[in-house]
Amino acid sequence: MRIGLLTDIHANREALDAVLAAVAADRVDRLVLLGDIVGYGPDPEYAVERCARLVEDGAVCLKGNHDEAATVASHSMSENARVAMEWTRKRLSVEHARFLAGLPMERAEDDRLYVHASADRPEKWNYVNSIAAAASCLAATTARYVFCGHTHKPAHFYSLNGRTPSVFVPIANVAVPLSPIRRSVTVVGAVGQPRDGNAAACFGLLDLAGRSITMRRVPYDFEMTLSKVKAAGLPAWLGMRLQIGR
Amino acid sequence: MGRLNSGDVIDGFVLDEKLAAGGMGSLWHATKPGIDYPVVLKVPFFDPGQDVSTIVGYEVEEMILKRLSGPHVPRFAGAGDLAETPYIAMEFVKGESLEGIAAKAPLPAHEVTRIGTLIANALASIHRQNVSHLDLKPENVILAERGAVLIDFGLARHFELPDLLGEESSVPMGTPAYISPEQVLGNRNNPSSDIFSLGCILYELATGTKPYGEPTTTAGMKRRIYHTPLSPRELQRSVPRSLSAVIMRCLEVDPLRRYAMAGNVAFDLANPEQVAVHAIPRGRQGFFGRVRGLFSPKQTVDLARASTQSVGEGRAVVLVAVDLADGADTLAEQVRAEAQRVLAASPGARLACVTILKTEILGAEADVDALGRSAYVNRLVALKDWAQPLALPDDVVSYHVVEAFSPAAAILQYAKHNDVGHIVLGARASSALRRHLGSVSAEVVAEALCSVSVVRVKRIEERARDAA
Repeated sequence: MRIGLLTDIHANREALDAVLAAVAADRVDRLVLLGDIVGYGPDPEYAVERCARLVEDGAVCLKGNHDEAATVASHSMSENARVAMEWTRKRLSVEHARFLAGLPMERAEDDRLYVHASADRPEKWNYVNSIAAAASCLAATTARYVFCGHTHKPAHFYSLNGRTPSVFVPIANVAVPLSPIRRSVTVVGAVGQPRDGNAAACFGLLDLAGRSITMRRVPYDFEMTLSKVKAAGLPAWLGMRLQIGR
Repeated sequence: MGRLNSGDVIDGFVLDEKLAAGGMGSLWHATKPGIDYPVVLKVPFFDPGQDVSTIVGYEVEEMILKRLSGPHVPRFAGAGDLAETPYIAMEFVKGESLEGIAAKAPLPAHEVTRIGTLIANALASIHRQNVSHLDLKPENVILAERGAVLIDFGLARHFELPDLLGEESSVPMGTPAYISPEQVLGNRNNPSSDIFSLGCILYELATGTKPYGEPTTTAGMKRRIYHTPLSPRELQRSVPRSLSAVIMRCLEVDPLRRYAMAGNVAFDLANPEQVAVHAIPRGRQGFFGRVRGLFSPKQTVDLARASTQSVGEGRAVVLVAVDLADGADTLAEQVRAEAQRVLAASPGARLACVTILKTEILGAEADVDALGRSAYVNRLVALKDWAQPLALPDDVVSYHVVEAFSPAAAILQYAKHNDVGHIVLGARASSALRRHLGSVSAEVVAEALCSVSVVRVKRIEERARDAA
């Protein structure tokens, strides 16, 4: 069984389409969408509708903080994110909003847990961006393997016998083994707004039989996305960062 | 897993004869239908529910061995689920363990050189696959018909994968007699740690003495950071200067002063006349010189720093082949410029300058010119003169006048024997002669196992085209 893990799509149509094409080429059996379908990007309607279709076809789709902010009164957000969110809300129909509002926060499957931010109080949207945060995440669940997004930076934290986890930054397109005697939390890189210095879209390829997770990188036409960001009058930085992957 | 007996079956592997049992587990000859080579099964002493950290070495070995290929590692045959039935199955490599050979040390220099070259080639092969062994010692080397085979990857590191031992205790991981200084300090990020261990092995083979003894404490192991052993030649006068220099360069405390790549060690062992024997500064000789670090800037060497050395497709040796039959012309200049560019992009690499002397001109009369110098010496002088603008220090450049009938075959053979990572050579404007004989560069490009840069001078090519 091969599972495609897509997170932080952020209304980036070009990145989403490129990733879905790559997922098909990788002979993926199922998709799990780890949240943040909207926010920042210029194509929120397309992203929501595309994800809704994937759910109809059997994909699991979780809620991210931006998906929540699109439907309920905004919690704390950066200035750029807030401006983009106000713009996004105006674009979404009642039906779009209903889809986002109905998304679950987490999903457990066998020895795996999928969540947008952290298994540690998912509704707090904690970032798994440090050893301590990874330890809290692992302590909050009995699942052996946790898969999440939210930070936009690929990372793999692994721990043996409840010890302090170690961190490893996965290398693009190189499979990271999932140890049968360890627990781990893997942060999947973003589809629609990578921040690890690599502008290519990212998704996680989880191979259950081969016990591995790979950060697949997919180049996409970010110039097109950038021009849409400009045309929509969204903050310029939201376009620029796509070019440099920061 | 309970007590094992001959005849027991694990995942289709039929246990045959017990080879050995150590503190951690047992070793069995085994067979499995469909596997046509002899297999050895390593099974840890492990009860379900036991602390799994005791079998981390198995996890590391499985993770790494199944990703390695080539003649210098045992073939991976299978592994059990670590949480259920931990074991690892691999090819049983027939050959002679270096442990037995080391017991007979000191060995003659040519034998040390031969064994050193075999191990260096094996290291170069696994390093190219992004793996460091990190526990290189005589008992982990088997001299087989196909070359040196490295075994026991339980402490190894794959540079593209998580370090499963990185989270273990801060106690140095390795074997006290052979562990590198940076490993003593907990750094497992340096591929040249294996080169230090290789130096320890060669030192032992050449002198019969372990350069740092067999310390039993961490403090004892740390001593190698501050104390340089006598050179092998100081201990054993029969050790040639060049071999002694190669070994001492392997044992440099600062990884950046060590050979950058195992291929460089093999190269120097194969070309003793090219080794810079003055590489060990005078000041470090003698008792006070050996107690280093107390007053010298070397004390500040940061052994815990992240490795900046290249791994994977590192180029140990760049070969530049230049045609000097008609003296240094424009093409020869351009070949030199290209070699300089390739070298600049290959940190740690050395440059082997090669020129071919066609054997047919080495007739009984033709090999001595009017001044009584042989064609060989003349060409060597021309080669050194050609390379002189590169201003390379002696220890990164070497010169080879190769006598051969077929230049392409000679270049290819040289590249193969010296683990060359990149070949630079020129191509001549098309001529009747070339059409008749075939082009040297085309043959090299077609047959070489590494990258090849072919240099042409556009101006000359255009002139040749217009003349045709």
